[in-house]
Amino acid sequence: MSVRTEERPLLPVFRFGRVSVLWRLRNVVVVGLLLAVAVLACAVHLSLGGTSIDLLAVLRTMFGDAPDFKTELAVTEFRMPRTTAAVVSGAALAMAGALTQTIARNPLASPDVLGVTAGASLGAVGVLVLAGGGAGGLSGAAALLGMPAAAFIGGLVAGIAVFLLAYRASVDGYRIVLVGLGVSWLATSLVTWMLTLGDVTNAAQALTWMTGSLNAEEWALVGPLAVAAIALTVAAGLLSRPLSLTAFGDATAVGLGASITRIRVVALLAATLLASLATVIAGPLGFVALAAPQIARLLVRSPTPPFAASALVGALIVVLADLLTARLFPIPLPAGIGTAIIGVPYLVWLLVRMQRRTA
Amino acid sequence: MTARLQARGLTLSYDGRVVVEGLDFDVADGEVTAIIGPNGCGKSTLLKGLGRVMAPTAGTVTLDGAPLSRIPTRRIASRLSLLPQSPEAPAGLTVAELVARGRHPHQRWFEQFGRGDEGIVREAMIATGVADLADMPVEELSGGQRQRTWLSMTLAQQTDIVLLDEPTTYLDLAHQVEVLELIRDLHLLHGRTVLMVLHDISLAARYSTRMVAMNSGRVVASGAPEEVVTEGLLADVFELRAAILREPALGRPHVMPLGLSAHGPDD
Repeated sequence: MSVRTEERPLLPVFRFGRVSVLWRLRNVVVVGLLLAVAVLACAVHLSLGGTSIDLLAVLRTMFGDAPDFKTELAVTEFRMPRTTAAVVSGAALAMAGALTQTIARNPLASPDVLGVTAGASLGAVGVLVLAGGGAGGLSGAAALLGMPAAAFIGGLVAGIAVFLLAYRASVDGYRIVLVGLGVSWLATSLVTWMLTLGDVTNAAQALTWMTGSLNAEEWALVGPLAVAAIALTVAAGLLSRPLSLTAFGDATAVGLGASITRIRVVALLAATLLASLATVIAGPLGFVALAAPQIARLLVRSPTPPFAASALVGALIVVLADLLTARLFPIPLPAGIGTAIIGVPYLVWLLVRMQRRTA
Repeated sequence: MTARLQARGLTLSYDGRVVVEGLDFDVADGEVTAIIGPNGCGKSTLLKGLGRVMAPTAGTVTLDGAPLSRIPTRRIASRLSLLPQSPEAPAGLTVAELVARGRHPHQRWFEQFGRGDEGIVREAMIATGVADLADMPVEELSGGQRQRTWLSMTLAQQTDIVLLDEPTTYLDLAHQVEVLELIRDLHLLHGRTVLMVLHDISLAARYSTRMVAMNSGRVVASGAPEEVVTEGLLADVFELRAAILREPALGRPHVMPLGLSAHGPDD
């Protein structure tokens, strides 16, 4: 046997001691570009508002070099919470989508389909309608935290219910989607029923929240949730490698030594937490979790949704949607309408393409 | 005969429908064993049970004396590999990336492709003749190339025992022979124990060192190909009237079908 040392590496790999990480050039380039575009979009998002701030001043403030105190206050205290909420909710939803689509091996799977978003809506609307939300019945911390907590619990309960109903000795991707649709519809019906129960002001407030709104974001609420969402997003990124094994189908994955049921349970739990968190921050923003991972996959041309690129695409979609609806439209609209405007054409395209392939 | 992989009183069922019941089965060390049997006889199910893809309803499968359910699945994967019937690769995955996945059971969480892995993967690709296809997406390969790639992954997994479920499905005769010669090399050159399910009795007899015939979830014959492939067995198990010829290379039995036996096949 001859020693071959000058050979081209079989796969691009980064090695440091015993640590070795595979990478794809296209993934690295796409993530780099998306990061730059996302930073720019955030700067535009921050600069537009009641009075617009110079874009360069905003960029300098973002990187810790504010030109003056007034700009710093306006950017970091008044506008940053909303921008952060958009970025974090978008990234968290996209991550939740990437996780569920990988588990279900189906590009149509997302937390919207898995009942998490509907469950979170049910929790939030339940508090708004039955307890009066922040308007009357509750006050102070309870008003600030009551609705988010209820949304969180609602999303979690729906996610766990779907999981338990779909669990039969193992976790099957298609069964999860079917059960998820059922639970989703049940929660949506209950929300509609609740809206008819409460008084008109509360119902109107609930409806606005349900379209997905980034109005009235404050650090007190956004800060802790953002930290939690970022931590979860990074943790979920570590699942990327073991999860990609499940894309080979159960028998092959088991043959390669993957504990598929454990991986799926952990990933579903992470997806549920991420989607609930995002829903708490920004309301049930539609289509982000569905579209972002697939857009990222098309950009990177990878076999399964690439996690980092998905999170960035998700953040970008929500920031752009909020720019579109809140700043560029004559009448400010909730961001959920913007994500729908961006997401629906994509969904239609996806369905048409799938139809063509099966026809 | 020794056997590291053994089933005792193994019962396997799908949603209450029992396919294999109370079966004792030894996977003979150092042999290439082919399981034959009519459709629905439980041969693929048995392979799934032995490869822990299906959990037994009753009984146990042991590897080196320990029940599979007690050994961490990753540790099992470093000793026993399995290739399901027509495995699927996610779209866009390249040949080299697929073969590199075979290293998974040997890697720690911070290792994706160490220097050692690279050498083993490269050798596995050369041994299976897919080295020139390294950067090709798996879905663009022909059936024969694809199956060689999957076998390459199995080779890179470096397990002593290899389970293969109908590795020649959907291949034309020349490519079936190509894959079976590769499996024979796994045995002869790399010393692997192979257990495979095959449909073609003549090819099974040609390329295996042991054969097992199954019917209705039970083993009805086992031993050397000459002992198993007989006119009586073909009539009993496959309901087939056939003449047994001798192929010229090794003198192994070759099935020449003459017609259905009096009853005809069940299904």
